[in-house]
Amino acid sequence: MSFPWANEYKPANGLTQWLDEKLPLPRFVYNAVGAGYPVPRNLNYMWNFGVLAGFCLVLQIVTGVILAMHYAANAGVAFDSVEHIMRDVNWGWMLRYAHANGASAFFVVVYLHIFRGFFYSSYKAPREMIWLLGVVIFLLMMATAFMGYVLPWGQMSFWGAKVITGLFGAIPVVGEPLQVWLLGGYAPDNAALNRFFSLHFLLPFVIAGVIILHIWALHIPGSSNPTGVEVKTESDTVPFHPYYTAKDGFGLGIFLLIYCAVLFFAPNMLGHPDNYIPANPLSTPAHIVPEWYFWPFYAILRAFTSDFFFIPAKLMGVLAMFSAILVWFFLPWLDTSPVRSGHYRPLFRKFFWLLLIDVAVLGYCGGAPAAEPFVMISQIASMYYFLHFLVILPLVSSIEKPEPLPFSITEAVLGKDESAVLNANPAAA
Amino acid sequence: MAEQASIDTSAPAEEGVRRRDFINIAAVSFAGVGGAAVLVPLVSQMAPSADVLAQSSTEIDISAIQPGQAIKAVFRKQPVFIRNLTPEEISAAEKVDVASLRDPQSLEERTKEGKTNWLITMGVCTHLGCVPLGAGEGEVKGEFGGYFCPCHGSSYDTAARIRKGPAPKNLEVPEYAFTSDTVVKIG
Amino acid sequence: MVRLFGPLVGLFFAVALLWSFGNGAYTAIKEPAAATAEHEFHLHPKEVKFASDGAFGKFDKQQLQRGFQVYKEVCSTCHSLKHVAFRDLAALGYSEAEVKAIAKEWGAKQPTFDPKSGERGERDNIPSDYFPVVYYAGQGVPPDLSLITKARHDGGAYVHSLLTGYQEQPAELLKKFPDAKTPDGLYYNPYFANLNLAMPAPLSGDGQVTYADGTKATVDQMATDVSAFLIWTAEPKMDKRKQTGWAVLGFLLFATVLAYLAKKNVWADKH
Repeated sequence: MSFPWANEYKPANGLTQWLDEKLPLPRFVYNAVGAGYPVPRNLNYMWNFGVLAGFCLVLQIVTGVILAMHYAANAGVAFDSVEHIMRDVNWGWMLRYAHANGASAFFVVVYLHIFRGFFYSSYKAPREMIWLLGVVIFLLMMATAFMGYVLPWGQMSFWGAKVITGLFGAIPVVGEPLQVWLLGGYAPDNAALNRFFSLHFLLPFVIAGVIILHIWALHIPGSSNPTGVEVKTESDTVPFHPYYTAKDGFGLGIFLLIYCAVLFFAPNMLGHPDNYIPANPLSTPAHIVPEWYFWPFYAILRAFTSDFFFIPAKLMGVLAMFSAILVWFFLPWLDTSPVRSGHYRPLFRKFFWLLLIDVAVLGYCGGAPAAEPFVMISQIASMYYFLHFLVILPLVSSIEKPEPLPFSITEAVLGKDESAVLNANPAAA
Repeated sequence: MAEQASIDTSAPAEEGVRRRDFINIAAVSFAGVGGAAVLVPLVSQMAPSADVLAQSSTEIDISAIQPGQAIKAVFRKQPVFIRNLTPEEISAAEKVDVASLRDPQSLEERTKEGKTNWLITMGVCTHLGCVPLGAGEGEVKGEFGGYFCPCHGSSYDTAARIRKGPAPKNLEVPEYAFTSDTVVKIG
Repeated sequence: MVRLFGPLVGLFFAVALLWSFGNGAYTAIKEPAAATAEHEFHLHPKEVKFASDGAFGKFDKQQLQRGFQVYKEVCSTCHSLKHVAFRDLAALGYSEAEVKAIAKEWGAKQPTFDPKSGERGERDNIPSDYFPVVYYAGQGVPPDLSLITKARHDGGAYVHSLLTGYQEQPAELLKKFPDAKTPDGLYYNPYFANLNLAMPAPLSGDGQVTYADGTKATVDQMATDVSAFLIWTAEPKMDKRKQTGWAVLGFLLFATVLAYLAKKNVWADKH
C-alpha cells in the first residue's frame, strides 16, 4: 500500500518501458526506496539507522565472502589462516579489520535503531509485524556474530563456544546430549568449527531475507515519525528520493568517518587480546568475556547466582537471558498507551532514559570480571530490566496522562497546518 | 515531487540553481569515486599473496645430475625438468633443420651459453597442460628421445621441441640463471 | 493475556534476582572475598613510548633492527616467531642479500622430510621460510612471540615492563601472604599476571648485545628495542594501515561535507 498521492513510476525510454512490462524491477525499487515512497517529512536523524543497518549487512557480506576465500575452517590451521590474511593476503589486514569492526558497527547501529523504536514506540499498531521481524533479525544477528567470533580459533573463540554451548547444557534432561550434538563432540573442535563456519556463512543471507520482509511490512503502513501522529495529507510527506536519500547519504558519511577512524587507528579496541592467543583446550583465560554487544545479556546470565526453589541458578540465568530478548516480542501488547511518541509521554520518557542507563550498567557489568560489586549491581540492573518491560511499561501506559499532540506532522514542522484550519472552521475557506 | 522540489528552489536566481546542482552532482560523483576506490582492495585480494610471490623463484642444486639423467623440480607449484644432456643427445638436437620445426628454435637458443648440456624446461605440455613423461627414470621418452605427453601423444625431442602431436609450442624455457656451477636459480 | 502473564513473569525474575542478591550480600558480609597476592601486588605496565604510538606514529626501522638483534641473540633460543617469515625482514630495511644471509645463518634449521626414504633432516632457511619453531623442554611454556604484543593489554609496554621488572619478592608481600612465596625455579615479577614466572630475567646486564649501529645497549634500551620489534611482528602492516587511514578519512571528510551541502539543498524548501 502507499498513499494515494505517491508519485507513479513512469518509464523514461523504450528499454525501461520494455523492462517494466516484463519484470518491473525499476518500478519496485522506485516504490520501495525511490521517489514513489512518500515518507513523513519530519523524520529526525534517529531514522537514519535502518539504512545504515542495511549498509552494514552488505559490508559484512562483501568482506565476509572475501575472507572466506582465504580462511581455512580447520581447527589445526584456522588461527594461522587468519594470520595469513593479516600478513600476506593483499589488503587482507584491512578486509579482516573491516569485518571484525563491521560486526561492532552493525550492532551499534542496530542498538540505536532498537532504542529509537523504544522511545517512539515504533512497535505499536499498525507496525507490530515490522517490530516482530526486527526482533527476529536481531536474534539472527546474535547467532551469526557469536559463530563468527569462534572462527579465528583464538582463546576467546574457543572458550566462548564452550561457555555458550554450555548454556544449552542447563536445559533439564536433554541439555547435555543437546550440547554434545551442537558441538559434534565433547568440547569445541573441528566439527564445531566447521558447522559454525557453514552457518556463519548461511545466516547473513537469511537475515537479508528477513530484512526484505521487514521492509515489506514497513511499506504497508508507511514509516512512523517523531510525533507518532499518522500521515494525514500530502503535505505531511516528502518522497523518499531525493529527500531521504540525501539525508541518508549524509548520515552514511558520518557513520563511515567514525567506522573508518576505528578501523584504521584502533582496530583492536573492541576486541580482546586473548583472542590473539591460539585456542588451548587445557587452559582457560583468566576472564572470559564475549564481545561487547553481548555484555548486557551476559550480565543477566551471570546475575543468577543462587538456585531458586527447585530451579538451578544456571538454568535461571539461561532462561532470563533468552527472556530478556523474547520479552521484546510482546512489547506491542505490553505498552497500551494510545500515544506513540515519547515526546508526548512525560512519565514513559523518564523510564525510557532509566532503561537506557540500566542497559549501559548491565553492559559494563557484563564486561567486568564476575566479582563483587559487579555481580550485585548486575542483579539490581537485571531486576529493573525485567520490571521495566513487564511491570512498569503496562502500568505507566495505563496511568499516564499524555501531553497534547500536534494536529498533524505538517503542523509539527511548520507550526501551522492549513488543512487543520480548514477542518476546524470550514467557513473560513 | 523531485522535479517539483527543484522548481520551487529555482525561483531566486539562475546562479543559485547552478551552484546547487553542482554540489549535488559533486556529492554523487564523490560517492562514485569512493565506491570505485573500494574495488581496488576487493579485486587485488585475489592476486597472489606475499607468501606465494615469495616462492616465485627457486634455487636448485644440480650437482648430482649425471649426463643422461633428469630431475623433476618444483617451480611455482609446477614441475620443471632439468636435464643433463649427453653428447649424443646434443648432436641429435643440433642435427635437426630448425626451419622444418613447428616452433623453430635451436638448442643454443634454448640453453645458456657454454651450458648447452643443461636443458631446463617447464614440465607442462603446451597442448593442455599435462606433465609429459621422460624426466623420471625408466619413463617413455617418445620417438624423438625427449619427452612424451601421454594425454594426447605429443612428442618432444632432446631439446624439448615439439615434433609430433597436437602441442603447438616447444616446452617453455623458464627464466633462469646459473648462480654457480652447481646451482641454478629459476624465476 | 500478555498483560496478565507479563507482570507475573517480570515479578518471577525479579524475585529470583532478589533471592540471588540477598544470598550474595549475605555471603559478602559473612565471608568477604579473601585478598590475594596477585590482586594486591600485580602492576600494570609502565608508561613506555614507542615510535609507532599514536595515529601519526611510524616504525623506527633502525630500532626494529636493534630489536631484531635482541630477539635473535637473546629470545630466539626459547621463543618461536612462527607467523613471521624471513622475507618480512625486508620491511626493517634489510636488503634482499642481507635477508638471504640472515635466513641462511639462522641457528634453527628448517626440518625436512623425505617421503620416499622416510628420513627426517634439516636444511638452511631461505627467505620464503617462516622462522622455524623452537621447542623448549625445560620448565614453563615459552609462548610464540609473533603476536605477543597484541595478545596482552598494552602489549609493547607489557613486554618492556616484564623484561625490566624482575626483582626480589617484597618483604611486605611475604609478611601479608606467607603462602605466596615464589616457588623454586620460578622468578618474581610484578608485571606478570600471577607474579611468578618460569623465565629468568633474560636481559641480565648492560652490553649483553653489541649493537651494530653503536647504540649503547643498556637493559632498558634492549627492552625497548625488542618490544618495538615485537610490536612490528604482531602488526607488520601498521604503517600502511595508518597511511591508508589518513587518506580514507580525508576523502570521507570531504565527501561528507559535500553530502551535507547536498542534503541542505534538497531540503531547502521543506523546513
